[in-house]
Amino acid sequence: MKRAVVAFVCGLVFGAGLIISQMSNPAKVIGFLDITGDWDPSLALVMGGAVAVFGVFYRLALRQGTPLFAPRFALPEKNSLETPLILGALIFGVGWGLGGFCPGPAIVSAAFGDARVWAFVAAMIAGMLVYRLGLRRSQD
Amino acid sequence: MSIVNFTPWSALAGGALIGLAATGMWWLLGRLAGVSNILGAAMISHGEDFAWRAAFIAGLFLAGLAAFVLFPGHVNFNLEAGYGQVIVAGALVGFGTQIGGGCTSGHGVCGVSRLSARSIAATLLFMGAGMVTVYFWVHNL
Repeated sequence: MKRAVVAFVCGLVFGAGLIISQMSNPAKVIGFLDITGDWDPSLALVMGGAVAVFGVFYRLALRQGTPLFAPRFALPEKNSLETPLILGALIFGVGWGLGGFCPGPAIVSAAFGDARVWAFVAAMIAGMLVYRLGLRRSQD
Repeated sequence: MSIVNFTPWSALAGGALIGLAATGMWWLLGRLAGVSNILGAAMISHGEDFAWRAAFIAGLFLAGLAAFVLFPGHVNFNLEAGYGQVIVAGALVGFGTQIGGGCTSGHGVCGVSRLSARSIAATLLFMGAGMVTVYFWVHNL
């Protein structure tokens, strides 16, 4: 329960950050990706601001040894560059450019009432399920 | 190229909040705030593991709802794509982030903060792919 409350508050703050930085507006994201046209560099500063904060606290937290409400820090297991990483990033990037949404902003702006965002989120969840229930299971 | 619509201060402030949220997830729960992994794994998790994942996603959605209800005039949202395009885009984003193990938050924010070579490579690749896609879609179609 305590962990769910913490995650909920973090989700709220994360969402507020996406809204204040206007990353919940797909036109703003497309503006960043449109480097040969009318370019809007804002997204780079959003990432810069987030990395500046988390880059410091990530390390400070690790020095503590364990997280406050969990037995250990859960780090990704893989360390190597492999085909799925490269392929997945490219596929994601094409979808990102087509719609102007990545997963976080899509969930936030689903609350703005435009049914096209619900269609995006439904398709995104379907794409995730194909992997989680299909491909990944066959690898195990 | 010309620079338009640049909003440096709100970008930095919003980014700092995202970094703060990622800090909360990491320091308190020992979890990286990668939205595609939190959501993707929620679909096959149970019990307390499902609860915190669902709670994080609910927080994201409720932040959007609160902004939409409380500050309706200040939430900018412009989407040009039609249904067909967003459905294809959504499927690619969903599938791609699961194969690639992350999205803008997991690789772009958390992974780059950790100086993970995998995440830095993924971030450059999805940004490049996004730029190429927008180039062809916006300028040549």
